[in-house]
Amino acid sequence: MINRMERRWTLAAGALCLGGILLFVCLAAAALLAFDEPGSANDGVLFDAYVWRVARFTLLQASLSALLSILFAIPVARALARQAAFPGRVWIIRLMALPLGLPALVAALGLIGIWGRQGVLNTALVAVGLDQPVSIYGLSGILVAHVFFNMPLAARLMLGGLERIPGEYWLVGANLGMRPVSIFRFIEWPVIRGLLPGIAGLIFMLCATSFTLVLTLGGGPAASTIEVAIYQALRFDFDPPRAIALSMLQISVTTALLIAIRLLTPTADEGHGGGRKVRRFDGRSRFGRVGDGLVIVLAVLFLALPLGSVVSSGLRADLVKLASDPMVQRALLTSIVIALASCLLCVLSAALMIRARQAALSSRRPAVFLRGLSAGIFASSSLVLLVPPVVLGAGWFLLLRPLGDVARFAPLLVILINTLMALPFVYRVLEPAMATHTARTARLAVSLGLGGWHRWRLIDWPGLRRPLLMALSFACALSLGDLGAVALFGSQDMVTLPWLLYSRMAGYRSTDAAGLALFLGLVCLVLTIAGTPRAGADDTRSKDVTA
Amino acid sequence: MSPPETDIAVRLSGVRVQFGQTELHFDCAIGKGQIVAVTGASGSGKSTLLNVIAGFETPDAGTVGILGDDVAGRDPAERPVSVIFQEHNLFAHLDVATNIGLGIDPALKLGVKEKAKIASALLRVGLEGFGKRLPPTLSGGERQRVALARALVRCKPILLLDEPFAALDPGLRAGMSNLILDLHRQEGNTILIITHHPDDVRLLADSVLFLDKGRILLHEPTAQFLEHTDVSAVARFLGR
Repeated sequence: MINRMERRWTLAAGALCLGGILLFVCLAAAALLAFDEPGSANDGVLFDAYVWRVARFTLLQASLSALLSILFAIPVARALARQAAFPGRVWIIRLMALPLGLPALVAALGLIGIWGRQGVLNTALVAVGLDQPVSIYGLSGILVAHVFFNMPLAARLMLGGLERIPGEYWLVGANLGMRPVSIFRFIEWPVIRGLLPGIAGLIFMLCATSFTLVLTLGGGPAASTIEVAIYQALRFDFDPPRAIALSMLQISVTTALLIAIRLLTPTADEGHGGGRKVRRFDGRSRFGRVGDGLVIVLAVLFLALPLGSVVSSGLRADLVKLASDPMVQRALLTSIVIALASCLLCVLSAALMIRARQAALSSRRPAVFLRGLSAGIFASSSLVLLVPPVVLGAGWFLLLRPLGDVARFAPLLVILINTLMALPFVYRVLEPAMATHTARTARLAVSLGLGGWHRWRLIDWPGLRRPLLMALSFACALSLGDLGAVALFGSQDMVTLPWLLYSRMAGYRSTDAAGLALFLGLVCLVLTIAGTPRAGADDTRSKDVTA
Repeated sequence: MSPPETDIAVRLSGVRVQFGQTELHFDCAIGKGQIVAVTGASGSGKSTLLNVIAGFETPDAGTVGILGDDVAGRDPAERPVSVIFQEHNLFAHLDVATNIGLGIDPALKLGVKEKAKIASALLRVGLEGFGKRLPPTLSGGERQRVALARALVRCKPILLLDEPFAALDPGLRAGMSNLILDLHRQEGNTILIITHHPDDVRLLADSVLFLDKGRILLHEPTAQFLEHTDVSAVARFLGR
């Protein structure tokens, strides 16, 4: 509820943001659809064997990744749920949140350090006398990397679900003398099963649109996803028709996936557990404790070793020389400027759109236009999931090519694409916080005639500072670690840290790469941790702005 | 009851508010300087009635007149009205004096004169020296007194109270009622107060607006209302 003048301005600003986003996405899509070049192939040839192979592989690796992540997550979640007093349990759960904030490129480097040809695992295998090295490149590498990122995510969501089981269930279970198998079958599995469609859909979506990991670990055209194939079609083969066909394919795949997820998940469950203490009575036997301990230790090793490898090889790099390298300094500066611009733009437009949506819905019967605006804003927050960064980039690549060197527009495009990438997350952080804030303060502020700058200064900023800063740091981390947008447009003149890291990796300057990875990983982790709502966030939120 | 037009503080004529399937109708005239208890079952439209007067809700039809002026299109802050809600009346991160100061100037440009006004308002609600305290350190009753102090410094001729005692203990309720009565005698303002308690009605109100299913069923002097047990809804409210 705001006064009339301000309402009009807010609505206008929100509509402007929404219009900008739609224009940016639609122009890219239109460029892809309308692309016509003499000699460009017709549809029959467009969807050639290569395209179909890429599509098949994309879906295959995504299914396998989701399946494996879930299969491994179930015992881990169950072990953590049963062993509430496991030493360092809180830190293990925090460790499982780390991959979310880690740039994919940094993780890829760490995984190569463990699973790669000269990695810890193969060295050990050779020492034992096995001479068949495990290959990190190709399907197996992609799967390892996707499980590295998504198993902890799945495990945390499941753990949240298991910890929400009412304490009485465990009392009853113990009272009835239920054995671990029955407890799993009758208490734990039904909860996990309820979460599975949502978790599986999310992981499938993340893996089907995975770019960086497939680019670095795929190791060739045999193991390429649609996103990587789009990039290769534009950047190496310069084959726009193929890029277009692949983009269309990608959009239809993501659309189908989003619809499927919407249909399969009846209730969206945020699932951050770890709050209440519930006493469980199972898993006390020595067998149970050892088994759970083993599962937890294996999971921790799987996650911590690659991270450790990033740290140890990063420390071995000549960090001083690296820091004084003008190329690195320039990349750092470019990255910071891009990240700051895109996170500010993202948070500002998200906040304006959320506010406009509130204003549009504040009357009892909003006009059709206002309802359309609010629906559009809501949908736009997920638009980028539908049209992934590489597709957006491909569209703008084709659109700007007639105007000369595409690299000239690179900074602006990367900023805008990064802004859109962060929008779904920023929207989800800000929306509930702003809804609560408005519900509690709006009427009071309006009745006192408190509006505009003074309301922002006295009421909104103190009340929304935390979520705004959280959203900023999260968006900043996302942009800092991004390779997808910059990959299409990166050039001599436009080098970001991830792009520099990728080129050093590709150029076999692995010590440099290790040093950069350590630095980039640390910065992104710190920003993500600052941007993640803590488990006790509900307590702090209840300490709200009015009394 | 039909006092001359110049003595009317609030007049609702043909006001219609549509909420999904239900439609609320309000027609009433409230005399200046009166305390009116607004009462009725939950969902009968009491809060909507206050929201329409305060400007939080725009009626679909009809006119809202305050002190003889049609207030259609005026923002809540532009109406000669102060509102006190059941809770969340104060900004928790601003101290008591600042919260009251917002009632004088939303930009918080407060000079010596304004600060003296805040101090005297605090004195009048019995919270002398509470200026620097933060709302979360106060009791529920004290917070409502701060809200009253803010209404005092705003000097609006009409005060709307939306169940101001609902979150208070019974002991505090009587104290608050007496305070409101005292301030009313000094200020001569018009007060509309939503309440669920017959005791509040007896103690405070000159007249009663009784709502039932979105309509004003009765509007009559308190003594008459308390005898009105022949209407079943009123009998239920009075517990007879």
